Amino acid sequence: MSVPVRKFDAVIVGAGGAGLRAALQLSEAGLKTAVLSKVFPTRSHTVAAQGGVSASLGNSEPDHWHWHMYDTVKGSDWLGDQDAIEFMCREAPNVVVELEHFGMPFDRNADGSIYQRPFGGHMSNFGEKPVRRACAAADRTGHAMLHALYQRNVRANTQFFVEWMALDLVRDEQGNVQGVVAMEMETSEVYVFQAKATLFATGGAGRIFASSTNAFINTGDGLGMAARAGIPLEDMEFWQFHPTGVAGAGVLITEGVRGEGGILRNSAGERFMERYAPNAKDLASRDVVSRAMVTEINEGRGCGPNKDHVLLDITHLDPEVIKSKLPGIREISIKFANVDPIKAPIPVVPTCHYQMGGIPTNYKGEVIVDEKPVTGFYAAGEVACASVHGANRLGTNSLLDLLVFGKSSGNSMIDFIKTAPKDLPVLAMADVERSLARVERLNQQSNGTQVNDARAAMQATMQKHCGVFRFKDMLAEGVAKILEVEKMVKTIEIADKSKTFNTARLEALELENLIEVAKATMISADARTESRGAHVRDDAEDTPERPNGRDDANWLKHTLWHRDGNQLKYKPVTMKPLSVDTIALKTRSY
Amino acid sequence: MDEVELKRILWRSRRGLLELDLQLERFVAEVLPTLSDTELALYGDVLLLPDQDFLAYVNGASACPDARLEPMIERIRAAQR
Ligand SMILES: Cc1cc2nc3c(=O)[nH]c(=O)nc-3n(C[C@H](O)[C@H](O)[C@H](O)COP(=O)(O)OP(=O)(O)OC[C@H]3O[C@@H](n4cnc5c(N)ncnc54)[C@H](O)[C@@H]3O)c2cc1C
Repeated sequence: MSVPVRKFDAVIVGAGGAGLRAALQLSEAGLKTAVLSKVFPTRSHTVAAQGGVSASLGNSEPDHWHWHMYDTVKGSDWLGDQDAIEFMCREAPNVVVELEHFGMPFDRNADGSIYQRPFGGHMSNFGEKPVRRACAAADRTGHAMLHALYQRNVRANTQFFVEWMALDLVRDEQGNVQGVVAMEMETSEVYVFQAKATLFATGGAGRIFASSTNAFINTGDGLGMAARAGIPLEDMEFWQFHPTGVAGAGVLITEGVRGEGGILRNSAGERFMERYAPNAKDLASRDVVSRAMVTEINEGRGCGPNKDHVLLDITHLDPEVIKSKLPGIREISIKFANVDPIKAPIPVVPTCHYQMGGIPTNYKGEVIVDEKPVTGFYAAGEVACASVHGANRLGTNSLLDLLVFGKSSGNSMIDFIKTAPKDLPVLAMADVERSLARVERLNQQSNGTQVNDARAAMQATMQKHCGVFRFKDMLAEGVAKILEVEKMVKTIEIADKSKTFNTARLEALELENLIEVAKATMISADARTESRGAHVRDDAEDTPERPNGRDDANWLKHTLWHRDGNQLKYKPVTMKPLSVDTIALKTRSY
Repeated sequence: MDEVELKRILWRSRRGLLELDLQLERFVAEVLPTLSDTELALYGDVLLLPDQDFLAYVNGASACPDARLEPMIERIRAAQR
């Protein structure tokens, strides 16, 4: 079958912070660079980031990259690779100042320097006291970042292919990456984008869960494409959750609601936190609250027809207090839960926010399999696992990750492209045909499963069996269930087979990516019998040898899930930084 | 309105912010089928707004400076009630 081929020096899939930062590096080096995106670049999910980006600029008080590194290693519960973490924290001031020069409108101090605010987990002097390290542009940091980077890319002649969806990675017989297969949404025509170097910057896959703060676009396409092409996925059991999102919607209810007197209740109306944390009650730490909520739901005391959430009650508060101290909450609740919290409690559930795992890379953005770089293949941003976030991401380190590893992968690609033969090799067709067959199956399928049904089954299974707090038996059952859901996904069917902007087809193709992420997550979580960072299990006991259930003797290692046979392999954590001493293992407590 | 434009508009109702996705999902399902061609074109223009501004207008946190777009934003807002 003949497929049109477009040729570039570099092809980048994804126009969020990571993709744009990498593209800029390449285009400014004079290389012919294509960037593909499902949506207009400045509508990438990076636009949602509000909190800020961290860098030890020390503009308000003394700070040091080494302290930032310490906080990141500790935050990661020692699962982060210390070479990559050192690299990121050392580079942070450079990439942030660079972004300022690109026109990013950071908040400023009176003297004109970048204003820095405090943020959870940012400490000075190796965990001693809070330090101001987060740089922000009002509450629109991600938005401003995308705009600055996009404008700069336009100037540098980056070629954007907007409303194009990459479908699959193309590798030759030796496994070298040659580019991607992609579909133009307007026509449903399929093309090959062939390049000397290919970067995935497709963002996260938070939509595998029923409750997620992620926009609908976050379907883990890069992870699905990599998995189908035989690339393992690293540490996929680690996902960050917030305790209270609106059930069924995912929009966050700030933790301040409990601070103002909000009470969590189960189906019997009981204030259940009294049993789990007799003193702190509803103000207990995030982990304790999440765990209690999930236990209530699992033991059948959840609310609603599916008994799948609990209630956050503020009906006893003075309506004036709700209006003055909790602005926005009432509106969110009315809009997304159809409930006026002055009159009735808000349905809430722990909600997925951020994916720590991803495509295994080193700090240069090279994809690493069996300890060797995959020739021509790079990944950066939330889709990648460098690994700087380990078992738990420190707030504001994600935007930093985009800048640092977007840039470093761009540089690695430039070096590689310069040494590559001038002419592109003959295109290997096996992966192209596999991809075309995937599209064709969808066109031909009848009597299959509806996309919405299969997606809902996947999301409910992940939420129930592999959520914020995990139980041994539930995980084992979850593995069997998600493999059943996979069978449903294999027969998904679309009624609309038309060619132009066929949203149904795009959603079906996205679901085929999500299911790969769901399997990787469930199977990796089931196998990891300890608690570490965001992966918390009921059967990992807190003992003197295993504080908080963390089992360094057996589990100080990265998971690698392989799609083929759902095999799990492991690789050691890099404990040796680039230039400083190891940050030695300690119990993680704040 | 021609089929291509309509379907382009449907895809572009996918945004970078969850709160917008959720509100537009409702609007697209319930209100979009009832719009005239002129109104659809106006909605198409609303979709060109940056996400953070768009959300602020829909939430009523700030007023849309473009009076032409305001009625369509009001309809999106009304669809949430
Ligand atoms: C509500 C919220 C608030 C946050 N706040 C902060 C914060 O304050 N600080 C912080 O550090 N982090 C924050 N984060 C996390 C951070 O925003 C994300 O991790 C980060 O923006 C991801 O950027 P990215 O470049 O990897 O991907 P994204 O910005 O998600 O971009 C992905 C790109 O890939 C494209 N794409 C995907 N699949 C395909 C395909 N198949 N074909 C073509 N293109 C494709 C998309 O169109 C898009 O352009 C927040 C996250 C959320 C959800």
